[in-house]
Amino acid sequence: MPARGAVMAELRYLRAVNQALDDAMAADPSVVLFGEDVGEAGGSFGVTRGLRDRYGPGRVRDTPISEATIAGAAVGAALSGLKPVIEIMFMDFTTLVMDAMVNQAAKAHFMFGGQGSVPMVLRTPHGGGLGAGPQHSQCLEAWFAHVPGLKVVCPADPVSAYGLLRAAIDDPDPVIVVENKALYAMKVEAPERLEAIPIGKASIVRPGRDVSIVAYGAAVKTARDAAERLASDGVEAEVIDLRSLQPWDEAAVLASLSGTHRLVIVHEAVEAFGVGGEIAARMADIGFDELDGPIVRVGAPFMPVPFSRALESAYQPSVERVVAAVRRTLE
Amino acid sequence: MEGVATVTTRPSGELNVSGAPDAAGLLDLYGQMVLIRRCEERLGALFADGEVPGFIHLSIGQEAVSVGVMSALRRDDTIASTHRGHGHAIAKGLPLEGFFLELLARDEGLCRGRGGSMHVADTSVGMLGANGIVGAGLPIALGSALAHQQLGRDAVAVAFFGDGALAEGVVHECFNLARLWNLPLLFVCENNGWSEFLPSSKQIAFKLGELSAAFGLPHVAVDGNDVAAVAAAAADVVGKVRAGGPAVLECVTARMRGHFEGDAQKYRNPDEIARLAERDPVGIAARQLLKTGIDEAELTEVAETVERRVEAAVAAARGGRDPDFEAAKAGVYARAGGGHG
Repeated sequence: MPARGAVMAELRYLRAVNQALDDAMAADPSVVLFGEDVGEAGGSFGVTRGLRDRYGPGRVRDTPISEATIAGAAVGAALSGLKPVIEIMFMDFTTLVMDAMVNQAAKAHFMFGGQGSVPMVLRTPHGGGLGAGPQHSQCLEAWFAHVPGLKVVCPADPVSAYGLLRAAIDDPDPVIVVENKALYAMKVEAPERLEAIPIGKASIVRPGRDVSIVAYGAAVKTARDAAERLASDGVEAEVIDLRSLQPWDEAAVLASLSGTHRLVIVHEAVEAFGVGGEIAARMADIGFDELDGPIVRVGAPFMPVPFSRALESAYQPSVERVVAAVRRTLE
Repeated sequence: MEGVATVTTRPSGELNVSGAPDAAGLLDLYGQMVLIRRCEERLGALFADGEVPGFIHLSIGQEAVSVGVMSALRRDDTIASTHRGHGHAIAKGLPLEGFFLELLARDEGLCRGRGGSMHVADTSVGMLGANGIVGAGLPIALGSALAHQQLGRDAVAVAFFGDGALAEGVVHECFNLARLWNLPLLFVCENNGWSEFLPSSKQIAFKLGELSAAFGLPHVAVDGNDVAAVAAAAADVVGKVRAGGPAVLECVTARMRGHFEGDAQKYRNPDEIARLAERDPVGIAARQLLKTGIDEAELTEVAETVERRVEAAVAAARGGRDPDFEAAKAGVYARAGGGHG
């Protein structure tokens, strides 16, 4: 959290991730980075630029195109004293790391009876809007959030990108940090001194009394824009940035629902069987008495991410769809 | 030296097997093999009686690999094991009571009754877990070797895997990366000739020696049922891995039981099964010891000592508690917190 009176400076999302890695490596010599092109090239998106020069080729390693082994090696390294931060270039490629993450990383602490843990971080960008097509755009975070033993965070802005990554690296458990490609260029005024943000805590980014809109990642901006439009019609939406998906801040969502009695959930991932479904189910259970309208989800339709801009712009959750969802729950 | 089979090397011939253990050393290795054998026979019986739940895969017939390789390792060296990992675990020094308590699913077990046979681990002795996924131990061992290298430790990591695992993609990824990064990593292939229910000849289209050469990895093949030969080869190759980077040790061995306990092995030729006794690593070591002048009484004493240890561990395991569900549920994360799961 920004200290009062902190000096403000312009901060880009991509730079915030880089700064978090840099600060974590400076603070702890056991933090190492490896992945495809993270070293000499500085990362496909430039996230790790400069770190190899600063920390050397031992701590910032380029790997071959071997995702299963990148993740499996992170498990072994984490069990043996390192804090590896690996990059999987596109979230679509995490299909290739599932044994290491699901059967190994997620289970080790539990199935070894609490002996040791797997303090590793898997960073990966998800999200569309770039015309990258069906295999370079997917939002698969719900897969990981479904697995006991994994933690999942998805920062929506540069300050969160820094803070959640620092918390993830400090965490003793395996954490998936999902960055949205479309947010890398996002810039905000941020305090010069950045700090870790606790995993599992949501943030109310816009207070409101009429409806709660829960979102994460790039959908937070969509939700905020929708809230602005609704405000011009006299509807005050409260926007909650979930920040962490596993664990997620059930108490914060319930508290907001208890004030607004209406709930809309927005994410870029496919709506069916997604994070929104879990939140909706829990609130329909523990928040049942608070609800004055249906819980409405806004997510991607049940189809692959299409390539054409004409198709993709219709595919992604829009401000219009969020506004319509709010109208529905207010009916 | 009796029993040392083929030794193949890279064209440069930089690896050679040398120096078998002396009689006292061999007697020690023999004792460890008898311990593993007796533990697994006991587990087989306990499993048949319903006292060991789940699946178990016995390494009977492969004890010389576990004991021989581990004789070349230190406590701070790390290993990643397999679904057929009891021998690796015991040879690496897991406490016997904790091991049996775990396999009998007790709260006092090494993994608090949460892992069992296929996941037993003891990180305090560098045993990073048996594994229910074929081939999964290779990247884990590779990462452990990376940690040894990066943190300036002179420890080595060892990845155990069977010949069936050669069909898994991570083998090829790990051979490549181990070579590129020159990691202190020894790949130990326990070649027992079987990929579950099919002979590996129907599953694997290449020879491990040729694959190793393709990646520039030194490859040593040894009679995996001759513990003296395995120990000698392991001492040599582990020393070279510790000093200079990755290598492959192929131990040609025999699976004397089914893929899992309860496997009727109808797919297996009865003649082949009948001949397995000749290759029994415990019998081979016993014959070697008798030739060195050690008498039957000493071997009997080894067996009796082992029997007492194993029965004490079984008794302790039978006296253990069932694990508590709420404690297990609270043990999913090292640092729990936040929302609902």
